[in-house]
Amino acid sequence: MEDFTLWVIISNLLLAARWTAGLALIAFAGGGIGGLIVMFMRVSPIKFCRVLAMAFIEVLQGTPLLMQLFMTFFGLSLLGIEVPPLAAASIALTLYTSAYLAEIWRGSVESIHKGQWEASACLALTRMQQMRHVILPQALRIAIPPTVGFLVQVVKGTALASIIGFVELTKAGTMITNATFKPFLVYGLVALMYFLLCYPLSRYSQHLERKLYAAR
Amino acid sequence: MPLVRIQGLEKFYGPNNDLHVLKGVSLEVNEGEVIALIGKSGSGKSTLLRCINGLEIFQGGHIQVDGDEVDTRKSDLRDLRKKVGMVFQSFNLFPHLTAGENVALAPTVAKGLPKAEAQKIARERLAQVGLAEKFGAYPEKLSGGQQQRVAIARALAMQPKVMLFDEPTSALDPELVGEVLKVMESLAQSGMTMIIVTHEMRFARNVCDRLVFMHQGRVHEEGPPETLFSNPQTAELRAFVGGG
Repeated sequence: MEDFTLWVIISNLLLAARWTAGLALIAFAGGGIGGLIVMFMRVSPIKFCRVLAMAFIEVLQGTPLLMQLFMTFFGLSLLGIEVPPLAAASIALTLYTSAYLAEIWRGSVESIHKGQWEASACLALTRMQQMRHVILPQALRIAIPPTVGFLVQVVKGTALASIIGFVELTKAGTMITNATFKPFLVYGLVALMYFLLCYPLSRYSQHLERKLYAAR
Repeated sequence: MPLVRIQGLEKFYGPNNDLHVLKGVSLEVNEGEVIALIGKSGSGKSTLLRCINGLEIFQGGHIQVDGDEVDTRKSDLRDLRKKVGMVFQSFNLFPHLTAGENVALAPTVAKGLPKAEAQKIARERLAQVGLAEKFGAYPEKLSGGQQQRVAIARALAMQPKVMLFDEPTSALDPELVGEVLKVMESLAQSGMTMIIVTHEMRFARNVCDRLVFMHQGRVHEEGPPETLFSNPQTAELRAFVGGG
């Protein structure tokens, strides 16, 4: 037991927390790009694009993230594509994040007054130019607080990647618990570290929300 | 050849197209003419105006602007919209851009002009509506009247051949109406072709070349303001002029 001082436990958890943060960053970046694409399809004038985007969103919002992880990890290996846990977790979390961000951003875009579309259309802007110069800059302000709020969910969601054997914070906690037989201490520390990752994000989200309302 | 020619325009609204709002409207507007569309709310005058630049689709008839057919089935109406400026009742300025940026946006983005040139246009147009000093001000810092003048400058920056005004003063406090009408009057004197949906009867009478009185989706009566006001031919116009 002397081998596992508190400091050893903490330092090992901190090392694993880097992977939690890394996985979350991959999901933010990938989900941000994916979410933008799906959102554009979701508000597209072309029906096929809208239906496709809606189906994507429904499936990913209507199934547990854990199943999505299993599908990418085991499903892809059934197809003969061997994916390491990090890649499988990244793909699954990116798709999951894309679907939710697309819906959050669609709501923001649709909350922009119809007059803004009409005025910019009357000035001979293309649809993409309307989006780029008139709609998105305004939608962005509205979208930031719920977006940051959702990213907290993503950070916590990365814990599920432990199940497919990816060694992030939760998995490291389990491994250390198995060696130390101190579940309360170890999982307490794990929870604290998640909190330290998420708390600044949710505070930032609240701050942005206040700023947004103050500006109106 | 009139600049705007509307022939037999038919427009239906509603889920089953059961609301017949324009019943065969024909109207010709010559270059440099200033037209007021008057009539009760629901008479179809705003709808008619919005059909001219393709904001509303229509089911029958034809509209030509500067010789080109308005085809609302086309998804790309940009060529039409470069020729037609629009001013809305609710201004619809872009709140995240300054007055100058509002005016310079379309010349930069839609026409592809260099930024410096677009800024120069923006300065000139804002000066034209008497707001040169508000170049860097955001819309929320401007009064309603100032916002509407910026909106007029924004439409003018695209050098349209015809300007459409959809009740431009209806959302303004009474004391702010005058400054907008003054800008419109000087625009009319400069020779701009204008089609104005308005309830400002004094303006219609003093500034416009021709009045078009709409009633229940039809052009009920039209002619020079003096004739229409002093000698209305129909009971509806008589009631409208008398009541308004």
